[in-house]
Amino acid sequence: MGERYDLVVIGGGPAGLAAAYAAWEHGVKSILIVERDREPGGILNQCIHNGFGLHYFKAELTGPEYAARFVALVKGTGIEFSPDPMVLELTPGREVHISNKTEGYRVIRAGAVILAMGCRERTRGAIAIPGDRPAGIFTAGTAQRYVNMEGYMVGKRVLILGSGDIGLIMARRMTLEGAKVLACVELMPYSGGLTRNIVQCLQDYGIPLYLSHTVVDIQGKSRLEKVIAARVDENLKPVAGTEISFECDTLLLSVGLIPENELTRKAGVTIDRRTGGAVVYENMETSVPGIFACGNVVHVHDLVDFVTEESIRAGKAAARYLTGGDKGDNEAIEIETGAGVSYTVPQKVRPGNVSGGTDVFFRVNQVFAKSVIAVISDGETVARFKRERLAPGEMERIKIPAKVLAQAGRSVTLGVQ
Amino acid sequence: MTVETEGGFRVTGNGCERGVQYARDEITNPTRIITSTVRVSDARLRRCPVKLSAPIPKGKIFEAMGTLDEVVLNLPIRAGQVAVSNVCGTGVDFITTAEMHISG
Ligand SMILES: Cc1cc2nc3c(=O)[nH]c(=O)nc-3n(C[C@H](O)[C@H](O)[C@H](O)COP(=O)(O)OP(=O)(O)OC[C@H]3O[C@@H](n4cnc5c(N)ncnc54)[C@H](O)[C@@H]3O)c2cc1C
Repeated sequence: MGERYDLVVIGGGPAGLAAAYAAWEHGVKSILIVERDREPGGILNQCIHNGFGLHYFKAELTGPEYAARFVALVKGTGIEFSPDPMVLELTPGREVHISNKTEGYRVIRAGAVILAMGCRERTRGAIAIPGDRPAGIFTAGTAQRYVNMEGYMVGKRVLILGSGDIGLIMARRMTLEGAKVLACVELMPYSGGLTRNIVQCLQDYGIPLYLSHTVVDIQGKSRLEKVIAARVDENLKPVAGTEISFECDTLLLSVGLIPENELTRKAGVTIDRRTGGAVVYENMETSVPGIFACGNVVHVHDLVDFVTEESIRAGKAAARYLTGGDKGDNEAIEIETGAGVSYTVPQKVRPGNVSGGTDVFFRVNQVFAKSVIAVISDGETVARFKRERLAPGEMERIKIPAKVLAQAGRSVTLGVQ
Repeated sequence: MTVETEGGFRVTGNGCERGVQYARDEITNPTRIITSTVRVSDARLRRCPVKLSAPIPKGKIFEAMGTLDEVVLNLPIRAGQVAVSNVCGTGVDFITTAEMHISG
């Protein structure tokens, strides 16, 4: 007992690394990163494709290259990093319970904590697909880990359910490795992935995308043999007579990611049902003072660059918290979700803590052509942002100007017009 | 992003400067950077990720992938090291994107 760090960062992916580094740069000199994997870098280590860092580094990097840049920055500091431990519990009083193979069970007291545990994939159980239970059904991220890190091919004839980015990336990856990817089947009338991935991962290889379709049956004794898909109506119910049969040995599920928040809940942090992550203020502080959160544990990102940006904000805020700089909960403005908006991060803003406005990330709940994002205060539009196109698969961002915040009441609403 | 090709070449709605060049290439000569993995000499270790040092024409992608089949890299591996040089006569190399060390 008696071990203490000013800052404990839980998770050594891009979010944890950037947050720890930012805190160090802002004067915090006693920092521990707790990462359950042997290597830092998080999910990026298995994302060997390129396209990372276009915004942040203005270069097109692969996942491992992006991670390496932050690992190098962190290694150049006195930030401590102990491999292999897993955080089992975090208390509201910021005691971090850790277990690892060599050192056993430890309890560390932290002046501040940053949550950066990332997210996990939805599985077949989570979306209730009917049919047999043969081998050959993987989540796309698990398959990605097998193929890219272990060099183990998961199948030869592949169907992909869900058009999230991981599924799209894996459609290309499996094709390049010699598999036949029959199709990508998506429940919604639009893709859940980035447009560039639709073009470069499906269209480049002539892989058809069936929108408004889902899997209705899975057949196979020991190994998967056949998957039946069907079109769905407006209520997302399968339409009889529209079945398509795919003979395949592998089904990859790319049906969404869920922020990993068991620890967060136990620590008494308020969770937002819309994001599945903590409710956060403008500086990424959660409802529990001194506990901050950033990256995929707060809301699922498609671009790691935005993870980095958000995490730097969390790291700076933790540093300020440790030196007693921030103002408390008083006078927070609630950002409400209006027409067409499914969530915002942050959900609350304390105008006293921002100068020059506040960045707000959000997603829309359907595809919009040319439209305007409006910030509404007391029934009046106080800021407008034009967009050529909006889609649920692409996270959006606006900056609410400081003068809007200064004049707002208890809440402002973000909506699409 | 919208591209007009009639009577010249006009790109609108691009988010950044790279958009213009990307759109031009995409229509006249689509190229891609591909990434994959190669074996390493210590079979207990994970694969080493690689990427093309520059984009190659789309039509050469599968031929380029074929050059990786026989490659085995010796440890230790630096990031940016050449794994296959002059891939299919394109003048472009496959280079490693991670470092790997000899471990116990
Ligand atoms: C398959 C895939 C493809 C992607 N492609 C792109 C792309 O092309 N371009 C792009 O910009 N972005 C892409 N992204 C998005 C980007 O990579 C992620 O948004 C980013 O990695 C999230 O970072 P993170 O640190 O929040 O989470 P992660 O990278 O998941 O890191 C979380 C870390 O926390 C650790 N952890 C969790 N719980 C505990 C615990 N209890 N104790 C100790 N450690 C714990 C985990 O082991 C992990 O290392 C992709 C994401 C995925 C999944």
